[in-house]
Amino acid sequence: MTIALEVKNLVKSFMLDGATINAVDNVSFQVKSGEFVALVGPSGSGKTTMLSILAALLSPTSGQVFIDGQDLSQMNEKRRVKLRREKIGFTFQSNNLIPFLTAQENVEFMLRLNGQANKAGRVRSAEILARLGLNDRLHNLPAQLSGGQQQRVAIARALIHNPAVVLADEPTASLDTERAYQVVETFAKLVHENNRAGIMVTHDLRMCQYVDRVLQMQDGKLVRVYETKDEIMELAMGTVKH
Amino acid sequence: MKNAFLAFYLALKEVLRNRGRFLLVSLVIALITLLVLFIAALGEGLANGNRQYVANLDADLIVFLEKSDYIISSSRLDTNSARSIRRVDGVADAGPIYTSTTEIVSLDEPLKVSLLGAEPGRPGMPPLIEGREFRSGQAREVVIDRNVALRSNIRIGDEIIIRSTQGVEDEFYTLEVVGMVDGQSYFFQPTIFVPPATWEQVRPQSEADLNSDTPYPNIIAVKLTDPNQIDVMQERLVASVKNIEVADIPTTINNIPGYSAQQGTVQTQGFFTLLIGVMVIGGFFQIQILQKVPQIGVLKAIGSSNGVVGWSAVIQIIVVTAFGVAVGGGLTYFFSLFLPSTIPFVFDGVRSIAAVILLLLIGPLGGMVSIIYAVRIEPLKALRLG
Repeated sequence: MTIALEVKNLVKSFMLDGATINAVDNVSFQVKSGEFVALVGPSGSGKTTMLSILAALLSPTSGQVFIDGQDLSQMNEKRRVKLRREKIGFTFQSNNLIPFLTAQENVEFMLRLNGQANKAGRVRSAEILARLGLNDRLHNLPAQLSGGQQQRVAIARALIHNPAVVLADEPTASLDTERAYQVVETFAKLVHENNRAGIMVTHDLRMCQYVDRVLQMQDGKLVRVYETKDEIMELAMGTVKH
Repeated sequence: MKNAFLAFYLALKEVLRNRGRFLLVSLVIALITLLVLFIAALGEGLANGNRQYVANLDADLIVFLEKSDYIISSSRLDTNSARSIRRVDGVADAGPIYTSTTEIVSLDEPLKVSLLGAEPGRPGMPPLIEGREFRSGQAREVVIDRNVALRSNIRIGDEIIIRSTQGVEDEFYTLEVVGMVDGQSYFFQPTIFVPPATWEQVRPQSEADLNSDTPYPNIIAVKLTDPNQIDVMQERLVASVKNIEVADIPTTINNIPGYSAQQGTVQTQGFFTLLIGVMVIGGFFQIQILQKVPQIGVLKAIGSSNGVVGWSAVIQIIVVTAFGVAVGGGLTYFFSLFLPSTIPFVFDGVRSIAAVILLLLIGPLGGMVSIIYAVRIEPLKALRLG
């Protein structure tokens, strides 16, 4: 498996009341293609800041981030926008979709952004939405979809253009438990099937049962990595003290 | 090009899927358009009513009595002035113009008109659209402006009676309508044209003036052989003919009593209406952009460039503004059909066209702040990730 994402000695500092706070403090890790990783930790641990840097939305103070071999820290804003468009898929906690585009148009929009909107793309967007159980919702606007359905559309949008890395920020935050399991399970399946590198920030440890690895952050540092299936399941079932 | 297509795609999808909201904004623009166009059309109408005859003169220069400050009613020239002017090198022709007012009383409702004296075939006498020129001398014949006909149903061949106060008596004169001209309002009144000698007889005049039969022109309209030589000819005329001053047509129009003040007032009204329009439209679009901050954040986060976001906002504003201006223009035209002919309303004038162009600009102008705001939205803050 090739390395899709590599983080080297990453530091992100903020000034707060005259003091320097390291929201991300010398973090390094790699994620391979086809691997689904969870980034967990308490509030303020730096996981959302980390995700923002990985999404090329925030510049690090020092260190390097490589996505598909390209160094983010060497890029100007224009190239970062291009990288976001071509190499990254993104789902957010809420307000995920463009409200005036239908489910299928939202998914196709990523293809439009990449100049790939054609008949084949239209078929592919319908297929991926069907796989997510939304074949009867293709022409519904986001307001006509439930929270879970909206998240599934966002997942389809994040994957349709075959990005190197798929990022998800608390994708289950606004969903009930049953829907949350469904969404993350489907997400994991698609990441594996499409051989993408997936990173999910979540505060809900139960969702970790679907991932291949868990990176635990605290006070900006990467404090522990859960790699074996047993470790991960124990964490997900709440039997690990973390 | 890809960005332009994307911007169009986003802009039009949003407008079509939120028709109600955008229709409301368009309606507000339509109402502003209605107001601005009404003011512009009334301004044009008022300006026309005041200047139309002078503006349409087939002449390049107007000769006034010296020190009359280019005011037509203050100027009274010597009877030989026109002949002297015609002899000046570079003058193609010169026609004396005699101005006064009178009232047509042979109608159910008396109609006040400008009574103008002019020589047939000379500058000052407008081209006929119907009928024939009046004969010279003291012919009791009159050529009327089409506006007189529209307001009174007078036709060629009819006789009209005018009333003039001469000394302390009201005198009535019968004139035969022999021809018709178009677009010749002067001093807010439609015009009737008579030969100079007739003008002298039938015009309102004081007791002292009654002793003379000699008509003195107020101004002389001068046509040049080379209209590009206006400046040179102005100087040459002043040097060649005694006791005169010379102005071009725009200067003459601006010195029509009340013209500048009236137009200044109308233009100020129009300017402030446009300014308020810019602010109202700007406010609308700014509120809309504020409501769309998360949406713009998502667009940028998934890789839309500032160009796509900015142009999408611009296209939306242009579409909504154009629709609003079209509806407003249509409404203005519709309402103008029901206005009485006494209201000076010119909807097809230069001013209305300029107003439409300005109105089309107020959307993008008013929305400028919101467009800049949209482009500057940071996805991180918009999505509350940071």
